Amino acid sequence: MVKSLSFAGLIAAGLVAAAPLSAHAEGKSLTMCWAAWDPANALVELDKDFTKATGIEMKHEFVPWTSYADHFINLLNSRSAECDLIIGDSQWIGGAAENKWYVKLNDFFEKNKISMDSFLPATVVGYAEWPKDTPNYWGLPAMADAVGWTYRKDWFAKPDLRAEFKAKYNRELEPPKTWDELIEVSKFFTGKEIDGKKVYGSYIFTERGSEGITMGVTNAMYNYGFDYMDAKKPYHMEGIVNSAGAAKGMDVYKELFDCCQPKGLTNAYMQEGLDAFKSGEVAMQMNWYAFFPGLAKDPQVGGDKIGFFKNPAGPTGQFTQLGGQGLSVVAASKDVDDALLYVKWFAQADVQQKWTDLGGASASKAVLMSDAYKKSAPYAPSFVESMGMVKDFWAEPLYVPLLLDMQNRVHDYVVANKGTSQQALDALVKDWKKVFKQEGKDPS
Amino acid sequence: MSDAPSHRPFSEPAPILRWLAGVIVVTYALVSVLPIAWIGMTAFKSQSDAIAYPPKVFFTPTLEGFVDLFTVQTHQPHDFIVKLPPPTSWYEKLARDHDKVIAGPSRVIERFVNSIIIGFGSTLLATFLGTLAAYGFSRFKVPLADDLMFFILSTRMMPPIAVAVPIYMMYRYLNLYDTRIGMILLYTAVNVSLAVWLLKGFIDEIPREYEEAALIDGYTRLQAFRKVVLPQAVTGIAATAIFCLIFSWNEYAFNLLLTNSEAQTMPPFIPFIIGEGGQNWPAVAAGTTLFLAPIFVFTIALRKHLLRGITFGAVRK
Amino acid sequence: MSGMDTITPLAPGTSTRSPPPRVRRISGLSDRAVVWLFIAPTMFLLLAINIFPLIWAIRLSFTGFMANLPRPLGFIGIDNYVDILTDEDIWTNFQVTAHFVFWTIVLQVLIGLALALLINQKFRGHSFWTTVILLPMMLSPAVVGNFWTLLLQPQIGPFNYFIGFFTGAAPSSFTMIGSVSLAPWTIVMVNTWMWTPYVMLICLAGLRSIPEYIYEAAEVDRASSLRQFWSITLPMVTPFLMLAVLFQAIQSFEMFDLVNLLTSGGPGSTTELVSITLKRAAFEKWQTGYASALAVILFVTVFGAANIYVKLLNKVKQQ
Repeated sequence: MVKSLSFAGLIAAGLVAAAPLSAHAEGKSLTMCWAAWDPANALVELDKDFTKATGIEMKHEFVPWTSYADHFINLLNSRSAECDLIIGDSQWIGGAAENKWYVKLNDFFEKNKISMDSFLPATVVGYAEWPKDTPNYWGLPAMADAVGWTYRKDWFAKPDLRAEFKAKYNRELEPPKTWDELIEVSKFFTGKEIDGKKVYGSYIFTERGSEGITMGVTNAMYNYGFDYMDAKKPYHMEGIVNSAGAAKGMDVYKELFDCCQPKGLTNAYMQEGLDAFKSGEVAMQMNWYAFFPGLAKDPQVGGDKIGFFKNPAGPTGQFTQLGGQGLSVVAASKDVDDALLYVKWFAQADVQQKWTDLGGASASKAVLMSDAYKKSAPYAPSFVESMGMVKDFWAEPLYVPLLLDMQNRVHDYVVANKGTSQQALDALVKDWKKVFKQEGKDPS
Repeated sequence: MSDAPSHRPFSEPAPILRWLAGVIVVTYALVSVLPIAWIGMTAFKSQSDAIAYPPKVFFTPTLEGFVDLFTVQTHQPHDFIVKLPPPTSWYEKLARDHDKVIAGPSRVIERFVNSIIIGFGSTLLATFLGTLAAYGFSRFKVPLADDLMFFILSTRMMPPIAVAVPIYMMYRYLNLYDTRIGMILLYTAVNVSLAVWLLKGFIDEIPREYEEAALIDGYTRLQAFRKVVLPQAVTGIAATAIFCLIFSWNEYAFNLLLTNSEAQTMPPFIPFIIGEGGQNWPAVAAGTTLFLAPIFVFTIALRKHLLRGITFGAVRK
Repeated sequence: MSGMDTITPLAPGTSTRSPPPRVRRISGLSDRAVVWLFIAPTMFLLLAINIFPLIWAIRLSFTGFMANLPRPLGFIGIDNYVDILTDEDIWTNFQVTAHFVFWTIVLQVLIGLALALLINQKFRGHSFWTTVILLPMMLSPAVVGNFWTLLLQPQIGPFNYFIGFFTGAAPSSFTMIGSVSLAPWTIVMVNTWMWTPYVMLICLAGLRSIPEYIYEAAEVDRASSLRQFWSITLPMVTPFLMLAVLFQAIQSFEMFDLVNLLTSGGPGSTTELVSITLKRAAFEKWQTGYASALAVILFVTVFGAANIYVKLLNKVKQQ
C-alpha cells in the first residue's frame, strides 16, 4: 500500500508504470482478468493471501462492464496470453469450450479432489458446464449472483402510507410476492412526495447497448411462460419463445416501465439503479445481488432503511435471472500450472468464506447454506433462495448476436413503443433462427 | 483574432448595432459553455452531490473525483479501517472516510502519456509528411496531380468504423495491434490528407520568386525549401498542426477497437471510469477537464494561425 | 492576400548574396528526385492504411467470414449486399442518419454563419469570446456524448431544469434522450453544439477574406446594406460555406462516438445511425463479411455524394 507517498509521488508511480515494461518482474506472477466493479476490488484484497501463501504476485486487469465482453472475448479469440486467469461471464462458456479458450478442468478437479457437489447446482450448470447438464467443466464457480430487489423499508414503514395502501388495496404494504403485487406497489408510490421530492415506484433495467434490458425483462417473462427452447427438442423455439405467456410477460415489464420508471432512465443498467435508489428517487430497485452488500452499508439508504426481496413470482412460476461468473484458466496462458495452483487455492473452504466476507459472493454450499451466512446479512436469506430459482440466457458460442437481437427487439417494444410484444417476439424468433443456422444448428 | 484591416460587410454600423451583436454573441458563448462549466463543477463534487436530485448548483467542493481518477481503491469493512495506522496524506484520508483504502495508482497516467505520445507523434509526422507532399504538389508538375489530390481528399471520406474492420485484421497480422506506433501510423494516415490539402494552399500562396532567386544564388532545391519556403509557411504549418492534434487527441473509435491495455489513450478510458456498478461522475468529470486542458492551451497559444489555416488551401485549389 | 506589402528579394532571415554554402550529402538532387522523395512517403502511407484495407474489405464483403471463428472464408457472392439492401431495418437506419445529417448541417450553417456575421462587427472583446465559443469543438466527441447523458438526465441533470426555468415546464415532464420523438432531435442538438464553432470559423475566415474595396465600390453605388449582404457578402462566403458543409456532412454521416455514447442508438433503434449498426455487426456480432459489405456501401455513398458535391463546389468557386 502506498500510504507514505505524496500525491505527486503517486503520480510518479503512475508514470513509472506507464514506461514500457519490456522486462517482466523477477518473481512469478499471474494476471487475473475480470470486470471492474466492487467485487473486483474485494478480489484484489483476497489475492493478497494467495501471494502470501505462494509468493506468486497477482496482477489484475479489470475492464468496465460495458466493454467487458467485447474486450475479453477479443482477447480470448486472439489467443493472447495477457490473462492467465479469467473470471468470465456465464454466457461465454459455450464459446470458450468449443473454441478451447479455457483449460478443461475435469482431470484437475479429480486429481485435487475438488468436487462440483460442493457448489450450488445452479452455479455449476451456469458457470462451469458445457454442454449444459453434462459433466464437462470449464470453470470453477466463483461469483454467485442473481437479480434481486431492494426496497425502502423506512418508506414502507410510514404509518400514513401503510394506512393509505391498506385502504386502497385491502392488504398490508409489504414487499411484493408476485408481479401483480409489484405493479400495485409501484403505482402506489409513483408520484408521491417523500422527503421533499417526487418519487417513483420502481427502477428496472432498460440498457440498450450490452445486455441490460434483456437481463431485466427475463425476470418478468420467465414467470409468465417464456423459455428459450423446447427441452426435448433442442433449438425448437417456435411457440415457446413467442408463446402468448411470453408476450404477456413482456407486457407486464412494459407496464412497469411506463407507469413507474423514473423519467429519463431509458438506457440504464446497474449504476443508474444504484444512483436512483441512493438518491431517494425510487421505492424499489431491481439490481444484482453483488451490489447489495455495498447498499446495506450505504450511509444514506443503508442499515434500517433498506430491505431486500427476491424476484416476484408470476402465474407460471418463480424464476430469477442468473448472473455471476466462473473462474477459468486461459488455455493460451504461459503459466497454466501456476494458474491451476490458484484455482486449487481459491476452491478451499476457508478462502471461499473469506471471499464472501470481503464482498465477493462464493457459490460454495458450505458458505451459502450455513446458518451463519443466513444471519450474517439482511439480504442473505433471499439470496440463497434466489440462487435456487435461477435461469440463464443462452450460453451458445454465438450468444452475442442472440443477445443483441433480443436487446433490439425488447427495447424497441418496451421503450420505443414499436408494435406489440407478440410482434417483437415473432421477429425475435426469426432473428434467432438465422443465428442458429449460421452456427450450423437446426433451429425451428 | 487577427491584425487584418477591419472588413465590414455593411456600411459603418451604428454603435448600438455593434453592441447588440456583442450581446448576442456573448450570450451564445455563455450558453454554449455552460455544459462544460457544469462538468468542470462536477469534477469537484462528491459522488452523492454529483447525482443529487434535484441537481446541486451550490455544494462543498472536494477533490474526491481527482483522487478516484488517479488511484485504485478497495472497499474494506469499517472495523478493518479503524484498525489501520492513521492516514499519512490528505487523499488517503479522503478514501478512508468512504471506507476505502488506496491500493495504488490507477492507469490514467499511462493513458494520458499514451495520448501525448500518440497525439503529438502523429501530429508531427502528419505535418512533416504533409508539408513535404504539399510542396511537391505545389511547385512541380506531378503527373495526375488533380486526381492524386482528390484521391488524398477521398481517403478522408471513409467512415472510420468501415475502415476499422480490415485495419483491425491487418494490424493483427502485422503485430501492430495495441501498439503506439500502430496508432501513430493510423492517425498520421488520416491526418495527412487534411495536412496536404491545407498546406498546399498555403504554399501556393508563397510566391515562387523567392525560391527562384535562391536557386539562382546557388542554393539547391532542398536548401531553398528549408530556408525560404518553410519560414513563410509557419502559419500554415501551425494551423495544420492544431487541426491534426485536435483529431488525434480526441479520437475514440479507432483507439477503442485497435488497442487493449498498452496503447489505449484517454478518450476510450474516460467514459468508463468506474464507480460501483458503472460510472463515477466526479472522476469522469475530473478526467474530462484535465484532458481538455492541454489542447485548450495549445489552441489558445496558436489561435492566430487557426483562422488563417482554415481558408487557405481548402478553398483554393 | 498573404499580407506581404513590401517585396524583398528573399524572405526575412535568409542571407542575401552569400556564396553557395558547402553542399552536403544530399547535394544537387534533381527536381524529379525531390518530388518523388517528398511525395512518395505520403502516398505510400495512404495506400497502405487506406487503400489496401479498402480492397481487403471489398474482398471480405463477398464472403460470410466471421472474424471470431476460425473457419475459412466462405465465398457467398453478393448475398451480403442483397441482405443489406432488402433489410428494412437498415433502411430505417439510413433514414435516421439522413435526418441527423440534414438537420445538423442546416442548424450549423444558420447558427455558424449568423455568429460569424455578428463577430465580424468587431465589438469589444470579440476575439476573446470567439475563443470561448471554440471550446466545445476541442473536446473528444466520445467524452461529449458521455457527459451529455448526465446533463440530459431529467432528475439529476441541469438541462431539464434549465429549460423548465424558462418555459415553466416541469423538469421531469419530458426526457430528451428517452423519448422516441425527442431523441433524434437531441442528437442533432448535441452535434450542433459541438461543431457549430467549426462552421463559424470557416465563415469568419470567408468574411475576412472579402476585400474592403468591393464594399467601398458598393457604397459609391449607393447600395443598401441588405443589397450589399445579398450580392456581395453571401456569394463570396458561399464557397467557404459549401466547404464547411462538405466537411461537416462527411463527418456527421460517419459520426459514431458521440451518438453511441449518448443514446446507444436508442430508444429502440430511433437514433441508430448506420455507423452504429456497422460497429455492432463488425465488432460485436463479428459478422465480418456482412459488415464489410455495409462498409463498402457506406463508402460508395459518401464518395459518390462528395464527388458530385466537389464538382459543384468547383463550379461555384469559378463564378
